[in-house]
Amino acid sequence: MGKLQGLLFALATVALVVLATFYFTRTWLPPLKSDRAAIDHAIWLSLVVTGAVFILTNLLLAYFSWRYQDDGQTRAAYWHHNPRLEWAWTLVTALIMCTFLFKALNLWAEVTSPPPADAMLIEVTGQQFAWNVRYPGPDGMLGRTDHLLASQENPIGLDKTDPHAADDVLLLNQLVLPQNRPVRVQIRSMDVIHSFFLPNFRVKQDAVPGMTVQIWFTPKETGDYEIACAEHCGLGHYRMRGQVHVVAADGFDKALADAAGQ
Amino acid sequence: MSTEVLKKSPAPALDRGGPGGRGPGGQDDDGREGPELFYDPARFGLWLFLGTLTMMFIGFTSAYMVRRLAPDWIQLRPPGLLWANTAALLLSSGTLEVARRRLRGWNVAGVGPWLRATGALGALFLAGQLAAWRVLVSRGYFVGSSPHNSFFYLLSGVHGVHLVVGLIWFGVVLVKARRLAYTPGQDGLGMFATYWHFLTGLWVYLLLLFFVF
Amino acid sequence: MAHAPEAHAGEAHAHAEEAFIWKYVFSKNHRIIGIQYYITAMVMALVAGLLAMLIRLQLAWPARDWAFLAKIFPMGYDAGGGFGVMRPEFYAMLFTMHGTIMVFFVLSTAPVSGFGNLLIPLQSGARDMAFPFLNGLSYWTFLVGCVVILTSFFVGAGAAAGGWTAYPPLSALKGAVPGSETGQTFWIVGMVFFIAAFTMGGLNFVTTIINLRTKGLSPLRMPMTLWAMFLVAVLGLLAFPALIAACIMLIFDRHFGTSFFLPTGLVLNNAPMLGPDGKFLHQGGSPLLWQHLFWFLGHPEVYILMLPALGFTSDILTNFARKPLFGYKSMVGAMCAIGGLSFIVWGHHMFVSGMNPYLAMAFAVGTILIAVPSAVKVFNWLATLRGARIRFNTPMLWAMGVVSLFISGGLSGVWLAQSAPDIQLHDTMFVAAHFHLIMAGAALFGVFGATSYWFPKMFGRMMNDTLGKAHFWFTFIAYYCTFFPMHYIGIAGHLRRIYDPYQYEFLKPLQPINEFITISALVLGVSQILFFINFFWSAFAGKKAGENPWEANGLEWTTASPPPHGNWPGAIPAVHRWPYEYANPDFPKDHVMQTEPLTAAEQQEKAAEGPSRHEH
Repeated sequence: MGKLQGLLFALATVALVVLATFYFTRTWLPPLKSDRAAIDHAIWLSLVVTGAVFILTNLLLAYFSWRYQDDGQTRAAYWHHNPRLEWAWTLVTALIMCTFLFKALNLWAEVTSPPPADAMLIEVTGQQFAWNVRYPGPDGMLGRTDHLLASQENPIGLDKTDPHAADDVLLLNQLVLPQNRPVRVQIRSMDVIHSFFLPNFRVKQDAVPGMTVQIWFTPKETGDYEIACAEHCGLGHYRMRGQVHVVAADGFDKALADAAGQ
Repeated sequence: MSTEVLKKSPAPALDRGGPGGRGPGGQDDDGREGPELFYDPARFGLWLFLGTLTMMFIGFTSAYMVRRLAPDWIQLRPPGLLWANTAALLLSSGTLEVARRRLRGWNVAGVGPWLRATGALGALFLAGQLAAWRVLVSRGYFVGSSPHNSFFYLLSGVHGVHLVVGLIWFGVVLVKARRLAYTPGQDGLGMFATYWHFLTGLWVYLLLLFFVF
Repeated sequence: MAHAPEAHAGEAHAHAEEAFIWKYVFSKNHRIIGIQYYITAMVMALVAGLLAMLIRLQLAWPARDWAFLAKIFPMGYDAGGGFGVMRPEFYAMLFTMHGTIMVFFVLSTAPVSGFGNLLIPLQSGARDMAFPFLNGLSYWTFLVGCVVILTSFFVGAGAAAGGWTAYPPLSALKGAVPGSETGQTFWIVGMVFFIAAFTMGGLNFVTTIINLRTKGLSPLRMPMTLWAMFLVAVLGLLAFPALIAACIMLIFDRHFGTSFFLPTGLVLNNAPMLGPDGKFLHQGGSPLLWQHLFWFLGHPEVYILMLPALGFTSDILTNFARKPLFGYKSMVGAMCAIGGLSFIVWGHHMFVSGMNPYLAMAFAVGTILIAVPSAVKVFNWLATLRGARIRFNTPMLWAMGVVSLFISGGLSGVWLAQSAPDIQLHDTMFVAAHFHLIMAGAALFGVFGATSYWFPKMFGRMMNDTLGKAHFWFTFIAYYCTFFPMHYIGIAGHLRRIYDPYQYEFLKPLQPINEFITISALVLGVSQILFFINFFWSAFAGKKAGENPWEANGLEWTTASPPPHGNWPGAIPAVHRWPYEYANPDFPKDHVMQTEPLTAAEQQEKAAEGPSRHEH
């Protein structure tokens, strides 16, 4: 009876390894449409390294469960430490982790680096339950906002007396982006914490009231993609959905005007 | 901190592990010594609790310090009453120490008056704190009026709540003293004193944090 | 000298029989209190488990009519004309309270307050905990917390609905979500009671383990369970105060008009939140402050949940492998390292929060490095198993399950620890997979293992091994089927805390996987019936247990099952060796109890070598 349990455990562990590995070989990431391929590489590397460890340790676990069962007669081996072995596996693990750390810090520095000078400016303001998008317009400057001015007709509190506000282009739940041009997005919120998530671009940034956080990225392929809210923000969290339209650079102005016209 | 304070009072009511507790020269047969710990568990536990309280106030302090860096910080002017309250609390720690030493020094008769003075001064402090709050409110400084106000009410409030607990403990101590339940020549008031002095020290720290630094 | 206390020990049992209410209800006995905590945690687990089932039904089949559920939970469903579609406000309450109850009232309670109270005096060689009255008080304080939390479902607009993490402004503004009215206040009050109770427990644990160990029980002879309980208590004493501070500040923001967490310029429903003077009601607060304070507790908290299971696993694994624990000192060191590092990694929950990117880097360092001691523990367990003679009783299966889940759940942590990949994975089901496997899974399997292993010390009887094994297999398989697929959908971008994922085109294809997960979760839930039957039936009618039914070495196995009043009938035994002396060829039996004095040969060896680095 005891032997059966050991065998079952071994089989279950092997089954886990086989199924887990099989499903991890499929592509789950949403298709990448931005310049943040390095994030995908980091995820892939994590998969490969942790996958190897997963397979190895689980196969050992399975093997030991099956092989070292009590026969009611002999005793287990008595040894219980091996300093060289322990140092070895500790150092190897530490080295692997340091490699991950080094790469992770470099990648993070890259992702959080300041945007290029020619990056296009956009502001996204989250609220319960919509994304207010604003372009600076031909003057290149976003008009002043004052939350005291916020209302049903003016959700982000745009100060219409500010000359720079006159040409601001306002969209609701939509983003229009030119292909291959870096864009810097200033992310804000009117009420609670939201999170601006573009699954196809590997972009996610919390929208925190009282703060403006800037991120930047470059869309690489034309098409229509989704915006999601990735921080629980109340009853309508599940429907804070938006659309990103990435168009060819020369068609951008028209596309933006069309979107604004709607 | 003198470890003497932590040493076990020789009046164990419970059987704390028999000879298994590390007795003198706690060696077992194979020549290895057990750890030499003679801490009175009650005092040890109290110090742990004070550690926990300290961590809570460190949390508040860090929130306070970060908030203070913001440009919209307005410094509150402390009502003069606070200094009087502080004096009362410091004095109460003093009277408590006198009472404690009297007990340790076999002067049982001398304990009562100093103990009562402690309680009175502590209650005076608390009343004074409530009065100080009233003064602030009358000047228009409500809890939500500015961050400095908010932190002040919050932290003096939390301190005050712990002082109320201290006063309840005082009540118990007073009753025990009246019943002559404390053994002369021993430090029966030690635990209470530790807690009380901690609260005094904490108040002085808060005062400095809010109005001096 | 020391004879008087010893004689007194023998006489300790000559007092009158206590009335039932003082013996079993308002008890000061650590075993009874441990069982009280355990049973209460079981009840809370039933509630939180039910909430999870409702969440899963919604995720698999949103907008579906559940007429019979609408009858049971009228507040949660739009009932009328036979339609029972779940309301979004109910869904938000479900995931909030599932998380809150499971993390605090079940998984911080059963392993820590339950088994800690049962085992610490027994494994330390003490008559009871250092502060028995405080111990009893801690349980009743905890119970008040449970009542407050459960009552919150029935007040005002329902229970808290801002997530178990209660981020402001959502949790601070009453109009932001219905649960942020009275429900959130009840949540805070319930948590304050819980933290007070946990603190009382922590004081007891640390004081007992430091001060009341029996003669000869030096730190490096303590079983891993005892080490775990010690570290968990220290973690709790240092970390919970941050959450209490935050909770008090949240109460002030909610009820007294302060702005600790609420910034200037809040506009709710397109209406600026102004005071009578025309200025904003709230000025200058920081939502990130809450996150820092919360996670300063929150991260050590998840280790509080997990460390006891790691301790149980080491003790159980060695017992049933009939082999000493490999690398005992490194196991202790690794546990201490995990405990220490747990204080400097909290920001990895906040990589995309808007905090300073340099700060994020600092947190990534500790987070990635904590993998090292964790890996060491896995390697040591594997090495313990190699060359073993494994007896696959129920406790062993659970311990092996812990190892398996620790590997699976721990490895996904490496993905999340890197701040840039976390951009894609934060707040997705990948995170849910990670913590359900490593934290919830390890803790749960640890509790089940500990229950079947130490049941004799709880009730003096054995649990049924066949039923136990059946329960294990259903749970083990269903657990993986429920939570492992969440990795995949998380990578695909499936968000957390989402009432209807299929509003998003990119998530529509994942519905079949959600259905699979839900069915697995239902199987998982229903399988627990086997446990309840086994537990309660065995407590009254299980096979009576002797002192040491598992042929183990620890101090708890040197006394009757259950232990008598005062834990040992005579003097408390002294300890001479570590608890992992299995398979030593120099001894007639394949195990040597901790209390077994050194043989002449061993003493000679000691004399020759001098004080040795060796555990025994």
